[in-house]
Amino acid sequence: MSKEWPLWEVFVRAKNGLSHRHVGSVHAADDRMAIEAARDTYTRRMEGVSLWVVRSADIVASDPGEGAALFEPAADKVYRHPTFYSIPEHVKNI
Amino acid sequence: MTDGLTEYALRLGDDSLILGQRLGEWCGHAPMLEVDLSLTNVALDLVGQATLFLGIAGDADKLAFHRDVLDFKNCLLVEQPNGDFAQTIARQFLFSNWQELLFRELTQSRNATLAAIAGKAVKEVAYHARLANEWMVRLGDGTAESRARIVNGLDWMWRFGDELFDVDDVVEPLIASGVAVDVRKLRGEWDQRIARTLSEATLEMPKPRRAAKGGRIGHHSEHLGHLLSEMQFLQRAYPGATW
Repeated sequence: MSKEWPLWEVFVRAKNGLSHRHVGSVHAADDRMAIEAARDTYTRRMEGVSLWVVRSADIVASDPGEGAALFEPAADKVYRHPTFYSIPEHVKNI
Repeated sequence: MTDGLTEYALRLGDDSLILGQRLGEWCGHAPMLEVDLSLTNVALDLVGQATLFLGIAGDADKLAFHRDVLDFKNCLLVEQPNGDFAQTIARQFLFSNWQELLFRELTQSRNATLAAIAGKAVKEVAYHARLANEWMVRLGDGTAESRARIVNGLDWMWRFGDELFDVDDVVEPLIASGVAVDVRKLRGEWDQRIARTLSEATLEMPKPRRAAKGGRIGHHSEHLGHLLSEMQFLQRAYPGATW
């Protein structure tokens, strides 16, 4: 077994109504320690109101080798982009 | 001779200041980056509390940097050396569990300033206690080495616990007037908290030791002078230096 503590990915909700965003990672031996390390590392300047941590090893990532098949077909379908609407100026966070 | 409230504010402020300085010594030396940040975050909370409490007693910076050992009124526990990480955690465990109970009661003080400081600080300290309690369990119920270290660390710190619950002539009138907390009444709850976490950590309660006391009247262990020589160096060498 590695002597290094496992890596955890950290997600912070900046304020209620927004979604959690990935901000970085921490090393921790267990889930409580991961939350505390995340709190001390990523929310000490009032960055958030809620934290998620998840073991990095539990994240399933897409294969970069399949990038062409997965993502390029979307490139020429401009009609899927919501760019034809005008958004009122006072609406934030869209 | 200072008045009672000033003396009480010095005791509260010095506890936080000296422990904050001790934890700050870990900066750049902790076993992991994450632990480094967590210890120094606690240190910063404590130094912030010290600034507020010492502000009641006078000029906080002057009090921190221009007093000599005999004038410091912190309990002996907080000035004890960091030792290894386990010894640091043992000290934090005994202290933060006490300080959380203390501040919880201090929010009810008739002195509005003390009550307001306690109201802000009690949330910080609740986190310190949680952090220390969890580390006690991890170290106690961890590997053979972590267990041996936390047993040693707790053994070092144990004799300084009783002083936290002493009341003397300075504080007695302040308790009567509703300004100060009667720490004697916190002992039972503190004992329960300590016992609960030790049991979860599969650790035995250390045997009763002859209590070491004297910090509240300026009778300190040899360690405080060394701590002050480092903490006060800049202001002693370059009086009035700012940045």
